[in-house]
Amino acid sequence: MVLVYIDQADQQIKKSSLEAMSYGAAIAKQLGCEVAALVLGTVQDNLADLGKNGAQKVYHLKNESLNALDVKSYSTLIATAAKNANATVVVFAHNINGKAIAPAVAVKLEAGLVTGASSLPNTENGFVVTKTVFSGKAFASIQMETPIKVIAINQNSFGVVAYENTATVEEINIPIPTPSIKITKVDKVVGEIPLTEASLVVSGGRGLKGPEHWGILLDLAKALGAATACSRPVSDSDWRPHHEHVGQTGIQIAPNLYIAIGISGAIQHLAGVNRSKTIVVINKDPEAPFFKAADYGVIGDAFEVVPALTAAVLKSKAAN
Amino acid sequence: MKILVCISKTPDTTAKIAFTEGNTKFDENGVQWIINPYDEWYALVRAIELKEKDPNAFIHLVTVGSADAEPIIRKALALGGDEAIRIDSNSNDSFYVAKQIAAIAKEGNYDIIFTGKETIDYNSASIGSMLSALLDMPFVSLANEFNYNGNIATVKREIEGGEETCEVNLPVVISCQKGMAEQRIPNMRGIMAARTKPLKVVSPVEATATTSIKKFDTPPAKSGVKLVDPANMDELVRLLKEEAKVI
Ligand SMILES: Cc1cc2nc3c(=O)[nH]c(=O)nc-3n(C[C@H](O)[C@H](O)[C@H](O)COP(=O)(O)OP(=O)(O)OC[C@H]3O[C@@H](n4cnc5c(N)ncnc54)[C@H](O)[C@@H]3O)c2cc1C
Repeated sequence: MVLVYIDQADQQIKKSSLEAMSYGAAIAKQLGCEVAALVLGTVQDNLADLGKNGAQKVYHLKNESLNALDVKSYSTLIATAAKNANATVVVFAHNINGKAIAPAVAVKLEAGLVTGASSLPNTENGFVVTKTVFSGKAFASIQMETPIKVIAINQNSFGVVAYENTATVEEINIPIPTPSIKITKVDKVVGEIPLTEASLVVSGGRGLKGPEHWGILLDLAKALGAATACSRPVSDSDWRPHHEHVGQTGIQIAPNLYIAIGISGAIQHLAGVNRSKTIVVINKDPEAPFFKAADYGVIGDAFEVVPALTAAVLKSKAAN
Repeated sequence: MKILVCISKTPDTTAKIAFTEGNTKFDENGVQWIINPYDEWYALVRAIELKEKDPNAFIHLVTVGSADAEPIIRKALALGGDEAIRIDSNSNDSFYVAKQIAAIAKEGNYDIIFTGKETIDYNSASIGSMLSALLDMPFVSLANEFNYNGNIATVKREIEGGEETCEVNLPVVISCQKGMAEQRIPNMRGIMAARTKPLKVVSPVEATATTSIKKFDTPPAKSGVKLVDPANMDELVRLLKEEAKVI
């Protein structure tokens, strides 16, 4: 059995978990075994719909106290559910929660672990999974040597796959451990697309000269329905919040489209974005290193090019 | 307050990433080594800041690595650790490494165990979470603020779409990221003092690696940039729609 941990934010299933579900279903097909989802907490989504991403069964541990991440109790519950289901592969999304929980679950299951996986396992000769290493500058093929395997799949690497199933939902009962942490305050950023889940990202660097000039970038992001990001000096100078900082020492993202505006393309910046499917670079300096890593380039002044691009996007949307 | 900071040695952020021995080994030729930035900038410096406020605190550093990790450990001592332990092993299996650190942590009875959020070479982001499971301690990941008062720590952490503040009883394992601390550089006094600070070398405990690296690959290079006339953004939109099919 392949068991996929389905993760939620604000009682809604995350896109990265639907991707993990699709990935888990593909592994199950490869191994010729069943695939089930595991949901903790209360969610508003219709759980039977996880069948549309490949689940045959959904195990649901329905309890409001499980709506906020507590690694100690989550990992105990997930490991117990995996044992009860005789899971040989446990899949997570390599997102904020998955990164925190999967390694603890691996320890509790005495399982080998690959985080940041970027491919389906190769089972011709053992069980080998590819993962990104050196911040996206290379891949490593990892042989997993244990009977149980835990895999956390990179966001935006496998895709969300559509299936025609509906899943049967089964409520399960596992004693819930005493919470190990107490949440005292939650600050949500409202109305923004979370950067790690976004398929389109517009990002700005020092070339925009100051926070007061971010309007042109935000307009473009809005026209596209994109999330926003920035280079490190931009967040270090507090022009933009820290959670927008991408790169080797910020967050690593792999959207379908990354538009870099006034960013030189330093090696540490590229490390965070080089797995993007398509990269557009807007820079006034034709020698900017970023052009070497780009698919499309515009050599020009951002203050003219970006508003023109926004207008062109809106025009194209209106025409459809 | 006993604080343990996990330190990893990684290639410099500008190091050329290449492989040898039939793509099975990282090519260390000409590579400069640094303290993994998350371990240094956030985990270690936050520990130092805490010690500056609490004279009863002391900081132990631990690394799993061979003798060539010692310059990195000395640098961490120069920044402000009190003592260091090097576990003499070259493993890069997260579970094996976590087992080694857990053994040290059990012996030392630490109140706070800090790790960086991940290393910039293997990017596994696993050690903190694994340690918490091995030691049966709470784990708070992606912390960007950390304080304690008596036996209770207050931690701010990143969550999907925002931040959350939580309280947790010590002992605890924390993975640290941006926001935790202000970056520092070692000063002369620190560098001199580091030379005589204790650096203990211990043998690894019995543990089995659960994974092994079969080979490395580098991603295919981009085929070359297609330049678009800045006066023709309709063309860029067309390319993104029809050629790249991303919007
Ligand atoms: C250990 C370490 C870790 C690091 N980690 C990261 C990281 O995670 N993320 C990161 O981003 N950086 C990181 N850096 C910093 C990195 O080396 C670069 O300094 C940084 O990425 C540069 O940011 P930038 O491109 O915004 O600014 P700059 O390098 O100053 O580039 C600005 C660009 O804007 C262009 N420009 C100026 N005016 C205009 C205009 N009007 N229109 C169009 N273009 C214009 C310029 O031609 C230039 O290319 C790290 C550095 C170190 C040493």
